[in-house]
Amino acid sequence: MRLTRICASLFALWLPLAALAGPITTFQLENGLDVVVIEDHRAPVAVQMVWYRVGAADEAPGESGVAHFLEHLMFKGTETRAPGAFSDLVEANGGNDNAFTSWDYTAYYQRVAADRLDLMMALEADRMRHLRLDPETVLTERDVILEERSQRTDSDPGALFSEQRRAAQWLNHPYAMPIIGWRHEISELNRETALAFYRKFYAPNNAILIVAGDVTPDAVRGMAETHYGSLAPSDDLPPRLRPQEPPQLAERVIRFEDPRVAQPYVLRTYLAAARNPGDQGDAAALSVLAALLGGNPSTSVLGQKLQFETQKAVYATAFYDGLAVDDTAFGVMIAPSEGVSLPEAEAALDQALAEFLREGVDADQFARLKTQVRAEQVYGQDDVQGLAYRYGQGLATGLSLADIEAWPNLLDAVSPDDVMAAAAAVLDKRRAVTGWLSAPNADLAVTQ
Amino acid sequence: MSAAVIRRFGLCLMGAVLAMAFATAQSARAEVQITPVTSAKGVTAWLVQEHSIPFVALDIRFQGGANLDLPGKRGAVNLMAALLEEGAADLDARAFSQAREALAASIGFRAGDDTLSVSAQFLTENRDQAADLLHKALSAPRFDVDAVERVRAQVIAGIKADAQDPNTLAARAFGAAAFGDHPYGSSRDGTVDSVQALTRADLVVAHRNTVARDRVHVGVVGDITPEALGVLLDQILGDLPEIGAPLPPRAVYGLTGGITVVPYDTPQSVLVFGHQGLRRDDPDFFAAYLLNEVVGGGRFGARLMQEVRVKRGLTYGISTYLSPMDLADLYMGHVASQNAKVGQVVEVVRQEWAKAAAGITPEELETAKTFLTGAYPLRFDGNANIAAILVGLQMENLPVDYVATRNARIDALTLADVNRVAARLFRPDQLRFVIVGQPEGLDALK
Repeated sequence: MRLTRICASLFALWLPLAALAGPITTFQLENGLDVVVIEDHRAPVAVQMVWYRVGAADEAPGESGVAHFLEHLMFKGTETRAPGAFSDLVEANGGNDNAFTSWDYTAYYQRVAADRLDLMMALEADRMRHLRLDPETVLTERDVILEERSQRTDSDPGALFSEQRRAAQWLNHPYAMPIIGWRHEISELNRETALAFYRKFYAPNNAILIVAGDVTPDAVRGMAETHYGSLAPSDDLPPRLRPQEPPQLAERVIRFEDPRVAQPYVLRTYLAAARNPGDQGDAAALSVLAALLGGNPSTSVLGQKLQFETQKAVYATAFYDGLAVDDTAFGVMIAPSEGVSLPEAEAALDQALAEFLREGVDADQFARLKTQVRAEQVYGQDDVQGLAYRYGQGLATGLSLADIEAWPNLLDAVSPDDVMAAAAAVLDKRRAVTGWLSAPNADLAVTQ
Repeated sequence: MSAAVIRRFGLCLMGAVLAMAFATAQSARAEVQITPVTSAKGVTAWLVQEHSIPFVALDIRFQGGANLDLPGKRGAVNLMAALLEEGAADLDARAFSQAREALAASIGFRAGDDTLSVSAQFLTENRDQAADLLHKALSAPRFDVDAVERVRAQVIAGIKADAQDPNTLAARAFGAAAFGDHPYGSSRDGTVDSVQALTRADLVVAHRNTVARDRVHVGVVGDITPEALGVLLDQILGDLPEIGAPLPPRAVYGLTGGITVVPYDTPQSVLVFGHQGLRRDDPDFFAAYLLNEVVGGGRFGARLMQEVRVKRGLTYGISTYLSPMDLADLYMGHVASQNAKVGQVVEVVRQEWAKAAAGITPEELETAKTFLTGAYPLRFDGNANIAAILVGLQMENLPVDYVATRNARIDALTLADVNRVAARLFRPDQLRFVIVGQPEGLDALK
């Protein structure tokens, strides 16, 4: 974590919304491919995204990192296209492309001039079912991923701390695994493991195609049928039933020390409900709770109490993202001021939360938040790619289109009582992991 | 808070702001209609009207930025900028934030080396109130003692964290060696000691020196007419002081070729490498920009990405970028690799640098042209991004028709032009590597 106050303060509107932009059209091909078309005719640009309903939480034990490994290998050629040809063609058409992997999904996208969309679909459809991997290329790419792990995780004590906290949070559910994988398991991944994963999960009936920009639904339907329509569905898609958590019976505590830590902090994550199909009310209340507790530090509950009043913190916040297949986490954190120990900081955080549970919601703050929720319906129309992203995330984590479209209204409908009920239910240390991150030999003693 | 997703490749970590500032100056939506607007009080802005969504994005930049820190006051402009949203006129920090939230407006301030920038978005329905709030922040910041102390502590926490970050350490070491006592030679955040010593009076001076009308550029995109914008500009900027402090002189580049190691206990070294670049107004700048795309662009097709990542698996990402700043010009690159492989990385980069100085092939020229011109409309995603582009164009002194001629300029580059410039741009004997980590395999290379 980096304490750049600019990042914190620019983030004024931060509730995850799916604002309604231009017209949105949805349909399904016969082979099961879901298609979403989001129109925005302001610029002659189109984005194609393909989301697979598979991610790191769908990996077999001992194969952590294979979903992400496969994501890299998807650029390494098909039966008819050489390694690297995909990106070469996108670049030759002035476009850019990338991909990303999470616990619940893996997605690929290209941004191009709208008249190049047909070629992008041809390329993306080709690699959905016709990947071909050369053994040597696979091993070189594995080295790249080990470098990626070094850069993103091993060089960053905050990332290592986060990895350890997740492993403590989920005893049984695969959300405990790092997306990139444990180093010793990445080192053992191979061509066969990746291809087996590919054959099982990469198919039209496990994918969502999202096209956003200067396009019409009819044209997209025609192109999608031409390129994706002939692909065979997978016939051995497993149901997404991951091992669930047993009841948590004791508070869990992590003390992580690393000499590279300059700013210590306490971060606690509570097990919390995700947005579930047809049942997003708890998640909506938790989203509003996170915004009230941890939005702008000058007005949020934790910012006011810990940065302004007691001045125990240089930064304090709360966070929650309900877009997950299974139960997720609600987090709070405090980075203590100079001279404040981690035990003192944790005590101050606990006190602030206890006060909030006693005092309830400030009506003015609540009203301002709702104003921002509604304004996001306006600002959100300007970000068609963000909208595509929200639809992709929602559909890939099991929500229906109706769920996604209902979300802004659900947020708007959250009442102060809903927020306090959600707070009382979730803010229970016995269902949380509390982590301390510090340099070795830091003053952990209570100095009060 | 936690990285929810990981991507196939990352963007260059350092210097990204400068690199992007130029990248945006290179782009335009094909049918973008820019209207220059001058207010009654003489404030100018470039406007793109977009009435389909009822809000306005505004980007304001004051040339000078942290370069205007006075001797011994490093970090003053940065701290001042961070305090602009922490209370103004009749509003203390909390009241200011409450007012902003009640309008559902966003207003952010950021100090860069060359600029103080302001980004704002507000709804049509309460545009006047939002403009009034922004005007207060720019013209009457309070610098209340409690706010100063609170934000000072945050800035110092950030400085301490940076001191443990290998990417920042590498960039800082390069800057210090290249520019010495010039502001470019140190962090605009200041040091713990310099920030600790700043007084309220220092912040008042930093504000008066940087926020003035003789150096302001404005880009506006959204639901507003030229007439209404004229009124808005005067409302926000009309009563600012006419003249700010003079800019410092250009920085003298003092580095030679070679390798500098900054020892740091980490499994993966960070390498920053570079030498002097080209000025933005250099007639050869377009050729240099294209050459950089061929050799070190972040794309998979770029030579360095192919040689260092794709063929050898030595890194997750490598890229280079031209960094034309107001007072100096650099050509820089960034890569990270396991300590044991650093010698190999340096060797490959040096080979590619020497090869690049000899020029590129006709095929590479054509591919780069197609990419650069095809990517032309793609960066115009959203009103705020377009507003930033409009400001960038003005700060580079580019004409208002630049967007219409930009692709033709790329297409007009010949192989002879580009390869003549290659010998100017790539200077293998001047290439300096600053390496943070415990690199191995360098003995034979020094």
